[in-house]
Amino acid sequence: MTKLIPIGCTRRQGYRAIVLRPGAQELENNFTMKLSLSRVVQGCRLGTLSNLGKKGDRCMEFPGCLLYTRTGSAPHLTHDTLQVISGVPAMTQLTLSSLAEHYEILEEYKEGIGKFIGMPESVFYCSLHDPVNPCPAGFVTNKSVSVWGVGGRLEMTVAKFMAIQQALQPDWLQCLSDGEALCADASSSKRAKKSVDRTLAFLDECLKLQEQSEVLRSCVMIGVIEGGDILEERLRSARETAKRPVVGFLLDGFHGDAMTKETRLRLISSVTAELPENKPRLICGIGQPDEVLECIEAGVDLFESFFPYQATERGCALTFSFDYEPNPEDMVLQQNGQKEGEENGEHIDKIITTKCVPETSFEINLKEKMYRDDFGPLVGGCSCYCCKNHSRAYVHHLLVTNELLAGVLLMMHNFQHYFGFFHAIREALRKDRLGQLKELIYRQAC
Amino acid sequence: TAVAASTTSLGTRAPAALTLRVVAECSRSKARACELRLPHGTVATPVFMPVGTQGTMKGVTAAQLDNLGCRICLGNTYHLGMRPDSGGFQMVSLLALSEVTEEGVRFRSPYDGAEILLSPEKSVEIQNALGSDIMMQLDDVVSSTLTGSRVEEAMHRSIRWLDRCILANQRPDQQNLFAIIQGGLDPALRRKCLEEMTKRNVPGFAIGGLSGGESKEQFWKMVTLSTDQLPREKPRYLMGVGYATDLVVCVALGCDMFDCVFPTRTARFGSALVPTGNLQLKKKQFAKDFRPIDEACTCPTCQRHTRAFLHVLLHSNNTAALHHVTVHNIAYQLQLMNAIRTSIVEHRFPEFVQNFIKTMYGEVGHCPTWAVEALQSVGISLS
Repeated sequence: MTKLIPIGCTRRQGYRAIVLRPGAQELENNFTMKLSLSRVVQGCRLGTLSNLGKKGDRCMEFPGCLLYTRTGSAPHLTHDTLQVISGVPAMTQLTLSSLAEHYEILEEYKEGIGKFIGMPESVFYCSLHDPVNPCPAGFVTNKSVSVWGVGGRLEMTVAKFMAIQQALQPDWLQCLSDGEALCADASSSKRAKKSVDRTLAFLDECLKLQEQSEVLRSCVMIGVIEGGDILEERLRSARETAKRPVVGFLLDGFHGDAMTKETRLRLISSVTAELPENKPRLICGIGQPDEVLECIEAGVDLFESFFPYQATERGCALTFSFDYEPNPEDMVLQQNGQKEGEENGEHIDKIITTKCVPETSFEINLKEKMYRDDFGPLVGGCSCYCCKNHSRAYVHHLLVTNELLAGVLLMMHNFQHYFGFFHAIREALRKDRLGQLKELIYRQAC
Repeated sequence: TAVAASTTSLGTRAPAALTLRVVAECSRSKARACELRLPHGTVATPVFMPVGTQGTMKGVTAAQLDNLGCRICLGNTYHLGMRPDSGGFQMVSLLALSEVTEEGVRFRSPYDGAEILLSPEKSVEIQNALGSDIMMQLDDVVSSTLTGSRVEEAMHRSIRWLDRCILANQRPDQQNLFAIIQGGLDPALRRKCLEEMTKRNVPGFAIGGLSGGESKEQFWKMVTLSTDQLPREKPRYLMGVGYATDLVVCVALGCDMFDCVFPTRTARFGSALVPTGNLQLKKKQFAKDFRPIDEACTCPTCQRHTRAFLHVLLHSNNTAALHHVTVHNIAYQLQLMNAIRTSIVEHRFPEFVQNFIKTMYGEVGHCPTWAVEALQSVGISLS
C-alpha cells in the first residue's frame, strides 16, 4: 500500500510516495523532525519524535507533555532543583507573553533564548500565550495580535512577531493566530470564520517572512487550528493549515467552559482526522488527567504541564494514582490524602471545617490541619526529592508560615508526578492496558 | 588544647558534645582558624551560619545548601517551637509584643490575646526536642541604644537565666548550651558579665546585645573587650553580624562564628553580594549585562546565568529569581569565610585583610574609620 504524503518541513511544495511497511509505520520527512508511530490504540497514538533541536539529536515520546515555564524558567525552580526531577520532558514550553517585551535584549545577546535562560540543552516550543494567565479579549485585528507582559500590552504585527522570534530562535513556534472565536458572549459562525481566515493569513505571511531569514529557517512553524465551536470552520482550518509547510498543529480554543465536553471531543476528533499522521498535534489549556486521556483518544499527542503548577499555587500536592497494576502493598501507601486508620467520613468533615477545598479531586491540600502531624510523604512510594526527604507535616508547616520552600518542594513533586502520569500512559498503550488506566483515572475524577 | 568528648573504656561518654581544635593563629591579630567538632559533623571556623528561621533556608533546599558547602545553619526556637498555628501571625518584631519578667518572656498574640511564656526552662526544653548541636541560653536582651539601669538588670538576669538553662538541659552530652554575654555598650557591665559567665562550664560563648542601632565604633570595642576575656579554647560566636567588612574585622578581633539574615534577606530584594559591594540586579543598568554576577564565583547561579537573565527574571513573578540570588549570596558568604580561613592557616591574614579592603573600598582612604581603628588595635595597618 502506498500513500501520498506531503513533505511538511521544507518550504518546497510537492509530494513523495512512500510505502507503509506492516508493523512500525515510519512516516518520514526528509529534513528536520521525524515522527515514528509505533501503535494506534483506540484512537490514541503512541510514538516518537526524533531529530529535534538545532543539532537534530534530541527526541521525545508521545503522548507527552512539555515543561511549563514562566519567563523562561520552570516555576520556583533553579537548574539544580529542576534536574533532580525524574522524567523532565526534552521539550520546554516558552510563552511569548512573558518574553516578547525583552526581545531587544535578546537581539543584542544574539545567542537565542535557550542559552539566555540557562537551558542550552533543551528543545523549545514558543507559544503565544500563557495557559495559566488568560489575556483580555478584543485585541486581535487583521493586522496584529497582542500579548500581555509585565510592562503591559505588546501589539505584534506579523513583521514584529517574526522579528521577536528571530531574536528568540525557538525550535518550534506557534504561529501568530486569532484565538478569540469564542470570547464574545454569543458564539457566532461569523467570528469563527474570521478566526480561521485571519489565522491562515497570518500563517502565510509568517511563512513568507521566514523564507527571507537564514536564522528563522531553523525555527519551524506550528500551524494553529481555529474555528470556535463551528464544525465546518474547524474542518476548513484543519484542511487549509495542513496544506502549509508546518511541522505540527496546535488545536486552539478548546480550553475553558466555552463548549461542552461532548462538543469539544467531537470537534477535536474531527480535526485530527483531517490532519496528516506524520505531524504532531498539540493542544493548549488542557491539563487535568481525565481530560488529557480524552484528548489523547481524540488524536492529540502533546500537552502543556501547567496543571502541576496550578496545583502548587493552591498549596496542593498531586496524589492521583496512575498505577493501574498496583501491588497490594502499594495500594495501602497510595491512599489519597488519608492518614492510616482515618475514615472517609472524618476526612470529609475536616475539609468542610477548615474550608480548604482542593481544586480538583486529583490532589490534596497540604494547608489542611490534618496534615500538621502527618509524617508520611506526600505520596507513598513516590521517589521525588520532596517525598524522599520530607513529610506532609513539613510542607504543611512551610505553607502555614508562608515560606518560599513550600513552592519549591511542591513544584518538584507535582512535576515529577505529572511526568510519571504521561509515562504511565505510554506504558499502558505499549502494553495494551489503556482501559485499566482510563478506568483508574476516571474513578478519581470528581 | 581542646575540650574533649572522651570515651572511657566502657564506651560511655563524659558529658561534652563539642571539641574545638585551634588549627592556626594569626601572629599579629586575634584571628584564629579552628575545627569545631559537633554531634552532626565538623565545622571549619571562622564560619558564617546562614539563618533559616522557620526551619527552611528561604527557597533553597537542604541538598542545595549542602552542595554549597554549608555545614551549619540557624533555626529559631520561638518560630519552631512556640508559634501559634494561626497563619496570619507574622513575627515582625517579637520584642514589641513581649514583656519580660523574672519568670521569662511573655508573648501576647495581637490577634487573639493568647499568652505564651518563654522561660529559660521552656526554651531549653524546645531546643532539646529540636536536637540542635548548639543551643542558646534564653537571654534578657535589650536594645544596644538603651542606657541606664535596665541594661544592668538585663545583664544580671541573663546570668541567672544561664544558670537555669544549664540546669534544664536534659541532653548535655549531645547538645551544647552556649552562654550569651550581655551588658550593652557599658564596658564595666560587659566585663562583669564576662567574669561571671566564664565561671560557668559551658562549651561555648556568644557575644550578644550588639548589632542593633549602636555606632560601629562602640560595637567593635565591645567585641574586642569580650574576646579578650573569653577562653581561647572555646568557640566565640558573634551574633547578628554578616556584612563582609564586619566579618573580616571581627575575625581579626578573635571571633569564630557568625550569623545574620542580611545575605539571604537582601537576596530576595534582588541584591547580589560581590567583592566590591553589591549589585542591585533589578536596576536598568543590568538589562544587557551578559556577565555572571561574579566571574570568580563558583556557585551554580554564576556558572549558568547572566546578570541580564536574572534582571529579567527578577521582574517576573517567578520565585526562582529569588532562589538564584539567595544561592549566590550564601555562596559568597561561605567563599569569603573560606578565603579568610585559608589566609589564617597560611599565615597571611593581614595581607588578606589589606587586599579585601582595597577591593571593597577602592582605596584605604574610603575604608570606614571604625574598621581602620579596629584593625589597627590588633596590629593590622591598612596604609
